[in-house]
Amino acid sequence: MHELAVTQSILDIVLQNASQAQATKITNIYLVIGDLSSIVDDSVQFYWDIISKDSIAEGAQLQFRRITTQFECLDCHEVYQPDGDSIICPHCGSTRIKVLSGEEFYLEAIDIEK
Amino acid sequence: MNEQQKITIVQNIMNANDGLAEQNRQNLLSARLFSINIMASPGAGKTTLIEKTLHAFTPSHRVLVVDGDIATTYDADRAAAAGAKAIQINTGGDCHLDAMMVSRALSQTTLSEYDLLIVENVGNLVCPANFELGTYKNVLVASVPEGDDKPHKYPGMYRGVDVVVLNKIDLLPYVDFDSEFFSKGLQVLNPNVEIIPLSCRTNEGLEKWFGWLNKEMDIFKKETS
Repeated sequence: MHELAVTQSILDIVLQNASQAQATKITNIYLVIGDLSSIVDDSVQFYWDIISKDSIAEGAQLQFRRITTQFECLDCHEVYQPDGDSIICPHCGSTRIKVLSGEEFYLEAIDIEK
Repeated sequence: MNEQQKITIVQNIMNANDGLAEQNRQNLLSARLFSINIMASPGAGKTTLIEKTLHAFTPSHRVLVVDGDIATTYDADRAAAAGAKAIQINTGGDCHLDAMMVSRALSQTTLSEYDLLIVENVGNLVCPANFELGTYKNVLVASVPEGDDKPHKYPGMYRGVDVVVLNKIDLLPYVDFDSEFFSKGLQVLNPNVEIIPLSCRTNEGLEKWFGWLNKEMDIFKKETS
């Protein structure tokens, strides 16, 4: 449900950059979303279709690039993806971990016409 | 034919909220107002913990409570009855508070008139994690009946907090709650976080929570003096 606020932010950033570039239409929007960032693609798409209406971003395709969560165990240096049940290192059971990826949440680029 | 062009942006989508959160942080610092953001799932006991805290602190501290809920003023009414100045934010459906809502609420009063600000977030274990508010410390209230797997299942929330209060420990004899599994999940995400087990019903452990608050307020005072 927080995707509505998030989608509004995406639209603001997109429109601001498009107007600086004097775009007449936005065709593609490239988003990078880490699995830890708790953003649901379908939900963003759903709100996008509603809030982008009547703007130059209407009809733009949202291109999602998902980044899977990767942890590194600080004890045995195993790099692993948490399996959903537990985030503890599956190799040695350590609880000392570092997040390598999965927290990303940014707008990478847009395609425009002018 | 229209000219087509790719524009590289690479901008954090939460920039707008993060910028406002930073403004809140600065406003609170210059007013020397110590602030906490309390997050939890619905029913974990946020409001009851706040009531207990107010009973202990309002005799000696001026406390401001900002209450976030989708609807009603129940929580703000409870905070006001317990001796705080209370401001209710109704998000009208939003599942979290954001920095803008908090900023608007704070502008309704004079921050330097208070010693402690408690922001009670909307009951939810997912969404509030994405929206920084600008408070000095972030508190998560977990509770025994929710289950010991919550840090494992809601890593986003448990990672970003400064202290975890484990409420309703009076129910431990009746519920399958493995404290070690809970702590282990928390340790992975947030190795140095302090866990304060307590029961708002029996008052067991509350002194430790008050101690944490006093300690952090002292640190804050020194940092801002």
